[in-house]
Order: sequence, then structure tokens, then C-alpha cells
Amino acid sequence: MSYIPHTQEEIGQMLKAIGAADIGALFKDIPPALRPKSFNIPEGRSEFEVTRYLKRLSSKNATGLINFVGAGFYDHFIPAAVDAIAGRSEFYTAYTPYQPECSQGWLQAIYEYQSIICELTGLDVSNASLYDGGTALYEAAMMAVRSTGRNKIIMDSGVNLIYRTMLYTYTSNLSVEFVEIPVVHGQSSRDELLKHLDDKTAAVIFQNPNFFGAVDDYSDVVSKVHKSGALAVASVYPVSLGLLRSPGEMGFDIATGEGQSLGIPLSFGGPYLGFMAVKKELVRQMPGRIVGATVDSEGKRGFVLTLQTREQHIRREKATSNICSNEALCALRAAVFTALLGRQGLKELAGHNYDKAEFAKDALSAVPGVEVKRSSPTFNEFTVKLPRPADEVVYRLIDKGFACGFPLGRFYKNMDNYLLVAVTEKRTKEEINLLADSLEAVL
Amino acid sequence: MNTPEGLFYTKDHEWARVEGKKAYIGITDHAQSALGDITFIDPPKKGQQLKQGGFCATVESVKAASDVYSPFSGVVLDVNRELSGHPELVNRSPYDKGYIFEMELSDEKEKAGLMDAAGYAKYIEGLAE
Amino acid sequence: MKLIFEKHREGRRGFSYGKADVPPARPLGGKYCRKEDAKLPCLSELDVVRHYTNLSRMNYSVDTNFYPLGSCTMKYNPKFTERIAAFEGFSLVHPLLPQLKGGGMLAQGSLEVLYETEKLLCEITGMNAFTMQPMAGAHGELTGVMLIAAWHKHQGSRRKYVIVPDSSHGTNPASATIAGYQVIVIPTDCRGYMDMDIYKSKLNEETAAVMLTCPDTLGIFNPRIKEIADLAHQAGALMYYDGANLNALLGKARPGDIGFDVVHINLHKTFATPHGGGGPGAGPVGVSEKLAEFLPISRVARRGDGTFALDYNHPKSIGYIAPFYGNFEVILKAFAYMLCLGGNGLVRAAEIAVLNANYCRAKLKEYYDLPFDKACMHECVFSAARQARNGVHALDIAKYLIDKGYHPPTIYFPLIVKEALMIEPTETESKETLDGFIDTMIEIARLAREEPSLVKQAPVSTPVKRLDETKAAREPNLRWREK
Repeated sequence: MSYIPHTQEEIGQMLKAIGAADIGALFKDIPPALRPKSFNIPEGRSEFEVTRYLKRLSSKNATGLINFVGAGFYDHFIPAAVDAIAGRSEFYTAYTPYQPECSQGWLQAIYEYQSIICELTGLDVSNASLYDGGTALYEAAMMAVRSTGRNKIIMDSGVNLIYRTMLYTYTSNLSVEFVEIPVVHGQSSRDELLKHLDDKTAAVIFQNPNFFGAVDDYSDVVSKVHKSGALAVASVYPVSLGLLRSPGEMGFDIATGEGQSLGIPLSFGGPYLGFMAVKKELVRQMPGRIVGATVDSEGKRGFVLTLQTREQHIRREKATSNICSNEALCALRAAVFTALLGRQGLKELAGHNYDKAEFAKDALSAVPGVEVKRSSPTFNEFTVKLPRPADEVVYRLIDKGFACGFPLGRFYKNMDNYLLVAVTEKRTKEEINLLADSLEAVL
Repeated sequence: MNTPEGLFYTKDHEWARVEGKKAYIGITDHAQSALGDITFIDPPKKGQQLKQGGFCATVESVKAASDVYSPFSGVVLDVNRELSGHPELVNRSPYDKGYIFEMELSDEKEKAGLMDAAGYAKYIEGLAE
Repeated sequence: MKLIFEKHREGRRGFSYGKADVPPARPLGGKYCRKEDAKLPCLSELDVVRHYTNLSRMNYSVDTNFYPLGSCTMKYNPKFTERIAAFEGFSLVHPLLPQLKGGGMLAQGSLEVLYETEKLLCEITGMNAFTMQPMAGAHGELTGVMLIAAWHKHQGSRRKYVIVPDSSHGTNPASATIAGYQVIVIPTDCRGYMDMDIYKSKLNEETAAVMLTCPDTLGIFNPRIKEIADLAHQAGALMYYDGANLNALLGKARPGDIGFDVVHINLHKTFATPHGGGGPGAGPVGVSEKLAEFLPISRVARRGDGTFALDYNHPKSIGYIAPFYGNFEVILKAFAYMLCLGGNGLVRAAEIAVLNANYCRAKLKEYYDLPFDKACMHECVFSAARQARNGVHALDIAKYLIDKGYHPPTIYFPLIVKEALMIEPTETESKETLDGFIDTMIEIARLAREEPSLVKQAPVSTPVKRLDETKAAREPNLRWREK
């Protein structure tokens, strides 16, 4: 099956119109020496056979585990309407809305998405999406380097190690210097930051809640960062913004993050959704597509891709970024999800996450040998110290039907006995109590 | 195409109006016409040192971005503040209200390397062919 | 149509989580909480569904319209791949599971998908190994240039330049610059090929790479491509293949055989995953053997017992390009498509893609200027120069096509053709669809001669007429704000 509608007769007519003897003649510009040395691809199979094979593969993945693993990517409930709308092929089989008159649906949807991200983060302008939270953070760092003309980036170690590693990978050929400041008791340290903040600093990057789940109010830090002439960048968790102080309220210049928690399934790593919002002074430095409102020749409101001179198809080697395709369909999911929840729903969602995590903290504290870290407030994720290596405990609990958390020793030195536990609104009271019981049995 | 007398012109379509040791710099009618509706100007900074032929500013339209190169070496004295709110001035009045910045010349001998109005008019005629 | 914010009704509820089954916790301290609510609209589920359903009907899409966007390969997206991607066994798996102790066994199905897709791509392109991590074509380009930089660094050479032809896609020079290189642009000669003399003069021991697509953005296969590759290699530079145009070459030529060292594939083009209104895509990168050790980690390996594992043991790896394994769901759809087409189907796709583009070329060449009058491959580039003399530009032609129910071809790209119209029909479009399009284009050519104003006022049948893009750029209005 190759979805080709042509009959032999039609092919014959077309060849005649072209003046070619056969299809092979159309490829005569490829010299014989350049024909494939091999092309051992098995013959095509039917839709039924391929579906059956892949169904079998999908059943080799464990989806029955009760999931307490977060670490930046969360198991949230996705309302059916999100799938229904994102599944409309008028949306998903369209391309980038370069021709606005026949793409007003997409353009308005993205304008609304941009507005939603601005409301969530408390900042002025958002773009139409980036690939994921990690590349978004990298783009933010580069924006700071470009706009300040400086090349030192200070990163708090509470920022997800995956993202820090990505930043190092992307900048390895550039003259950007990174300084990592250690967390103290799982939290950002003002003292550590001030040791390094100077007039060479382009940006300081924090994550809220940080990787350990700790929540902070960075307003005081942000004003110090601004005094030194650097930009303040926050990597944030959108569901938490139903409750937590927004980066805009704290004075951050750029907020980025992973939008997966807004209606995008865990998907084994992708596609995800990088979002970015900035203060209005930075808009011309922002990468990615941006949709703007305008009017048509009859004065009617319409939407277009705008400020395109930042982008690769115009600026080429002087572009703010090379990004072309983004995560539009995921941005649509996020917009629909947020619209369905609305003002109250998002607060309710954040509240459930917070309450259930607090309940879990109490339930786990009651397990002998388990110490729940309470040196700072948390949202829906927290750190516990176990009497044994967390790796092993996780392994034992898989058999009992749990993905009980993320062993922090994988990302941080000297933390082998620490476990990161995430509790979303999907986790029931029974599941949480069962986790505590199973943990007790295993320890 | 409008090519006023008394100005100096460059091959990259910049003009300079020299008044003593100072000069006003902008882009020509030909340049603004080619760009279309201008949407944004990114000028040099006050106090910035410039070299003749060196990049100093960007002029953007909806579909294009054009680099501006300084006709002279020297230092930037001031930028035209009207342009940030009214970029269309570059389209409507490229030689007058749409100037981009004002500079102080460091080497008046550089005038010799630039074209006059007649020379520039001939030059753009040649480009059209 | 009103914005979703403008449909807000205070107190209206859509989705609700009900009551939590745990008691409310002690509230979080005031300074950690937001003072001002996010001003999201309050709507019922029907409000939301109706809003977005109506928005969806204001779009052209492959499923509704012929979409001959050159260089985008807008072929039909098979629906069975959507069903497979929705299997909970694939969509609900947390990416960190295989990174837990004993966790590899929790995601064997997904690991097998990644492994087998990589194998297929290697055979299709003639490359030695792939990374599936890049999340778009441009992302793949950046990854590829970074791999090239890593290789040169390992060789001990500090090369500064990347060569691209002036017909290249903008992401090529942008990616090279972002990776830290300076770009040298080679002009295209009058026959549509990269100018060989200028190329040879610019190629030297400071050249890190040459970035090309093949066929090029004019839809033309450069018969001297192997020579270009050999010259690059002699100068110690590497060859980078932009896979955007791979649809023309499936089974007919492989970039690895031609001499390319690094290749990126656009799964959302050649392998029929949906474009999603601008994304998500996937841009896996393939390399020759000498570059394999620099590929991003983790990689998927097959153990002796046939099971799959994540392999981080590559000390020279450039690091992480993506947070995990790439856009898995996109890769999955492409994998399903490859299995369905098989070798024979992929070759047929290339053949009919090239047939369709040449048919359009043959039928339209007497009405529109053809800057390079030779057989094209999967796309053909016309110029509306003739029509422009009457004031009808490529933009006007595009807008008129919209009124006739066609998404326009790519316009004004490649930059080297004035009034460019790049038509890529793809193989999934029938002869009668092409005939309808061709007839419309012929009609436009006639109108451009006889009634140009009719073309210039298009579109008239769309929800909005031509939009003021100048105003959008001069007075940016990039979000809704509460009054």
C-alpha cells in the first residue's frame, strides 16, 4: 500500500504529456554509478498487519504501573475534548500558516495559545512554541547573551540536569561560560549566587519548583540579578502556575518550561512543548514564530505570522534561531486543555496536586526509616530519604506494581538514598496509602 | 527615483549630508522603495565607533531585513528618536525626517571615495539593467 | 470570529476535577502563591468544543485541499498511523522508566520501535548509524553541524567555514551560524547548478562542511554531485545532506552512496507524518561510520538475548540534543508508514512524486517562465516574471489559487528565482486533482494578461481578505489583554 491513486492508463497519459518513454526516463539524471548499493527494505505490508505488529510491540511496554515518577514530566489526566479537537485533521494535516487567508483557524488558535502562556507566566509576549523545555531554556540563554553582549550564564543546580546537559551540548562550540551554583538543602542559595554574579553575567537561570520539588520566591534574587545588568530566567512547571507565584510576578525577564503537563501525553519522550514568554522589551530577540493580530483590507480583524525578520527564512545566518517547524499541534492541545479548565479549573487542578502531595508526604513519613524532606515548601513533588539506596527500592517496588519515584542519585552526587516522588491529581488516596504500605514492606 | 543634490552616496544605498565635521546618515529612496513598508529600524548606539563601510544599523520591512553600512568613519552623536514610533518616516521622507543617525567624521578625506548625486543616479540606473 | 477570551462568562465551568479524595492540606505560605489569577476564560465544554471546531473549519489542510507546497512534501497522512500512536502502550509511557534500575524491561516495545526505525533509515539512506533525537529538520541540521564540529575538533583542526549554495533553505546558514561557523555562499549558475569554479575557489583547509540538498531546491539533480563530494573530502571537509527533498530519491539514490557524511531526514515530509499546523516534526540524523561515536546519547542497543537497552557508553558523544529519545510518537508514525510501504512502496512513491511534478511542469511551461528548462524531480520551480510585467505577482497568483480551493505553492523561494512558484504535488495526488490545478493556473495566466485586477483583488471567498502585515509588524499586537 502506498496511497498512490494512479492507474496504469493515467501514468501512460502523463508520460505522453511529459514526452518521456517510461518512468525510468524521469530519473536519467542520476548516473548509474550513483544508484543504490543496496536497498534491502522488506516488502510493504497491509494496514492490518502493521497495526497488529505494532499493537504487539505496544503491549511489551508496562503501562499498568502506578506512576509516582515526575522529574519534569508528569502523569496528568487529559480530558477527552483535547483529543477530539487535536484529532481534527483540518488542524493536524495543515502546514505552517504562511498563507493567512486560508489559515485563520490555526493563526487564531496560536494567538490564543500565546495569550494563555502570557497569562500563566505573567509576562508580556509569548512565541508560538519551541521543541521542549530544554531547547526553550537554551534559546533563553542565547537571548540573554545576544541582548546583554555578555557571555557568562549562572545556572542553579536545581535546574533539571537533563536541561543543563542540553545547554552544555548546544553551546560547546560557542564562547559561552557556565557557572553552576550548588543547591543547599535542596534549595537555591542566595550566597552562592552572589559569589558569582558580576558584570560579565548575561543571565541567571532558576527552576521553580526546582528539581527536588522545592518552591521558592525569587523576587529578592531577581532584583539583585537586574542590578548587575543580567537577565533573570525561570524554567517553570505550568500546572503549578495555578497556585504558585508566577515568574512575571517575581520580576523574571524570561520564563520557559515544558508544556507537556498541559494536555500532552507522556509519549515516551515526545513530542513535547517548549514554551517561552518574555518582557516586551525582548520581543525582537525572541526566537520562533509569533502570531499577531491585524486587520484586513475591509477592516476586519485577522491574524498573521509577524516579526518574521527574526526568523531563518528571511535572516538566514543572522536569524535569532534556526527554528522552523515547532510543536504547533502540542500548543493547540495546551490551549484547548487550559481553555477547558478555565480560571477555576486550573486552580482546582493545582490544588488537588498540592493537597495529594501533602497527604502523601504524611503517609510516607509514617513509614519507619523514611524521612520526608521538609526544609522548604513543595508543590506536587518532594524528596524523601530512604534507609537504603533508592535505586534498589524502586526496583523492588516495580514488582509490587509501582513506579515509585526517581532515584536522585542518578543526577546528583552523594544522593543515592534519596528518592523524588511526584503526586498528581490522578493518584488516588488508595494508591498513595498502598504505596506507603508497599514501601514499608520492602524496607 | 529621488536623488537630491548635495549629498554623498554609497554603493550600498546609504546617503550622507555633511555639515562641517558632522553628518546625517540615512538610506536612499531606491533602498526604501526596494524594502517596501518599513516596520522597524535598529540604529547604532550613541557613542558607538564606526568605520567606513562597517555595519552600523538594520532596517526591516515585513519580508526583508537590510543591513546599513556607515558611509564614514567616526562616532555616533545621536539617533533619530522619531523612527522607533514612526518607522514609515524612512519610506515617506528618506532624506529628511527619515534620517537614521547623526555622526562626527573622523577623516574628511573619506569623502573622496563616495559618489555624488549624478554618480549615484547613474549607478542605480546601471543596476536596473 | 471572537477570541476564546471574548467568550468568557464569569462563573461558567467546563471541566471539573470534582472533590479531591484527600483532605485539604495546610495552605502554602502567601509569598509563594500567585497574587493575581491567570485570566483564563470561564467556558463550558460546548463553548470550547464549538470554538475550536469552528476554527478548524477555517483552515486549508491536506485532508481538505490540494497542498502543493514546494519543499514541504505535503503528502497524505495515513490515518492508521494516528490509531497506532494512540495505543496507550505507546502514549502513556513515562520516558524515565527505562532509566530506572530494571526499567529497561518496562519499555521494550518502544525501544524496539526506535531501534528498527534507525535500521530502516540506515538502509534507505546508506548511512551507518542514526540519532532519532532531533525534534525537527532544522534541529537535525544543527545536530549534524555539531557532529561535524565534534569530528573536526577530534581531528585537531579548527575549521571556520561552512559552504552553502545561494539556493539553500534558510535553516542551513542559520544552523551553521548557531553552531559557531561562518557561512560562505556559492551562487547558482545559469544552468541551475552550484557554480563549480567559485565552489572550488572557496573550498580550502578552513572549510568544515558543505551543506547541500539533492535534488536541490530547484528540483534539479546535479549530475556532478559526486565530484562536489570528492572535492570536499579532498579538502578535508565533510558533506552534509539536507534531507528535505529525499522523496525524489527513495530507492533511486542514497546520500551515503553519493558521499555524504551527515544526513538529516524530515519524517514529517518524506515519511508522511502530519505537519500539525507547523509541528511536531522529527529530524533524525544519520552519519557515516567515522562520525558514529559522536552521536548524542542515549542510543538504543540490542543485546545478545534480543532485548533492547539504552546505551550511554559513548564517551565522545556530543551529549543531549533532546531530553530523551526524540519525538517518539512522530517516529512511531513514520515507522508504521515505512513498514506499510515497504521497499517497493517507497520506490513507487519517489517515481510517482517525480511523475506528478514533471506532468505539472510539462503542462504549465508554455504559460509560466521556467527558469531552468529541464526535467525536474519531485518539485518544479516556475517564475511568474511574465505575469509580473502586467502587475500580477507570485503573491497575487497565490491568493487567487486560495479562492479556487487550492493551497498555494511555495512562493518567493528559492531566493535566486524572481517571482518563484515552487510546486511539489507529491505522489498521493491524483491526475484529476493535478488537471484541476493546472487548468486553474492556465486560467490565472489568461487573467493576468486580460483582467489582472481580478487576480490582484483575491482572495474574496475566504473569512478574511488580504491582511495588513505592515500594521502587524509596526504595531505588534501579540496577545489578548483584559480591558
